[in-house]
Amino acid sequence: MSQKILEVEDLFVSFDNTKVLENINFNLNKGEVLAVIGPNGSGKTVLFRALLGLIPYSGKVKWKDGLKIGYVPQKLLIDRSLPLTVREFLKLRSSSKTDMLQAISAVGFDIEPARQHHLEHHILNRRMSFLSGGELQKILIAWSLIGDPDVLLFDEPTAGIDIGGEQTIYNLLHELQDKRQMTIIIISHDLNVVYQYANNVICLNKNQVCFGEPHSVLKPEDLSALYGGETKFYHHIHPDSNSTDL
Amino acid sequence: MNFNSINFLQLISALFLGLASGYLGSFMVLRRMALVGDALSHVALPGVALGLIFSFNPMFGAFATLFAGIVGIWLIEQKTDLSTESLVGLFFTVALALGVLLTPEPELLEALFGDISRTSTTDTLLAVIFSLVIIFVMRKLSSGLILGTISPDLAKTAGVKPARINFLFMLLVALIVAIGIKSVGTLLMGALVVIPAIASKNISSSMAGYNWNSGIIGLLSLTAGIIIANIFGLVPGPIVVLVSAVIFFVTLAFRK
Repeated sequence: MSQKILEVEDLFVSFDNTKVLENINFNLNKGEVLAVIGPNGSGKTVLFRALLGLIPYSGKVKWKDGLKIGYVPQKLLIDRSLPLTVREFLKLRSSSKTDMLQAISAVGFDIEPARQHHLEHHILNRRMSFLSGGELQKILIAWSLIGDPDVLLFDEPTAGIDIGGEQTIYNLLHELQDKRQMTIIIISHDLNVVYQYANNVICLNKNQVCFGEPHSVLKPEDLSALYGGETKFYHHIHPDSNSTDL
Repeated sequence: MNFNSINFLQLISALFLGLASGYLGSFMVLRRMALVGDALSHVALPGVALGLIFSFNPMFGAFATLFAGIVGIWLIEQKTDLSTESLVGLFFTVALALGVLLTPEPELLEALFGDISRTSTTDTLLAVIFSLVIIFVMRKLSSGLILGTISPDLAKTAGVKPARINFLFMLLVALIVAIGIKSVGTLLMGALVVIPAIASKNISSSMAGYNWNSGIIGLLSLTAGIIIANIFGLVPGPIVVLVSAVIFFVTLAFRK
């Protein structure tokens, strides 16, 4: 039943003769969640950019033909004086109002007609640069959902977001995975996320340190190889978490 | 006051040219190309000079040298890591040097500061047609250009081809400069694309509002500038720039 949608073999990336990534090998099946972890500067974002074809690389990156890929960048630096509203931003992706409303409803905004005024006033007609970190993140996710992608690439979806916002974004991820059988590749610093949501994990430190199911490959020695020194990580699933069905 | 001496053709040119340069200029400012546009306008000078020497329409000469300059900049940009800005700096000074050497001295002032009072029917027709072309093409390019400005990565993953869009955009800049130098001259053409845009930024709360307000401010500046210059018997170019600057300072009071 598992259908392979991405194959990566011997991926190698260098910038100005400095190796940034080497020996990267993994596969991704439809409906899976793959987490990418590693310290700062380990090449996580570079891996994404190579997968998206944004930078030159050698080796093989083979997506299944005709696949639609959505990408949520880690952040968007928006000049405060840029007069672009959320509505205008989303319309850059699709001019259809239905697409736009579907996408913002999928990320948790209320699109009920009774709440129309609130939605228009506080979200759609606001400038992108005036959004909070969490709101911007949700809008970026909504952007990536327009056009119904088969795969989503998330670059640290919770960077710079408070706990409440973080929770909603993970709930959302979970929902996308459950309801839409979406395949997701996610860069995360949060090992809880990896244990709770990922089928597979890839650990990077320029080289590929591990690849496999989180519970079997994330041993303390792997983590110390990855992050250096004595990393202590206590894995616990919150009893009140609504994602214990994993 | 004698409005009669204001040529009807001049006003028609001014309306269209002002609208197109303000509209296009709003995208140049968005891309942080405010000074690039200004400097690039000087690349037109050798072309204007050739037109004057060999008595063909200087607008065509201007477009030819601008086109050559833009292709040159674009090519070097693809091959090296030098920024557009630094390359424009190179082309601009070389062109200005050549232009000053080439332009016959009696015409130099006109080439530098423009003289819309000498607008012919052909000039007007060209200004109207090209202004409409600029607005139309720019509207088509706008999504890709805005997206590429916010995030080149998002743009590429959404299927935008930044190199192609940048090239077409630079062509539009060349076109607006070529038709604009007749009225405000090479030295002041930069003002006509930059000032309406930054004034509009002060008062606009959406992208569409910003683009069109900039067009309207461009239209008002050029038309009012020409009328005022005519009343007081002054050179229009500098008056147009001053009018747009006054509008800019007024918009500061209504900042959003």
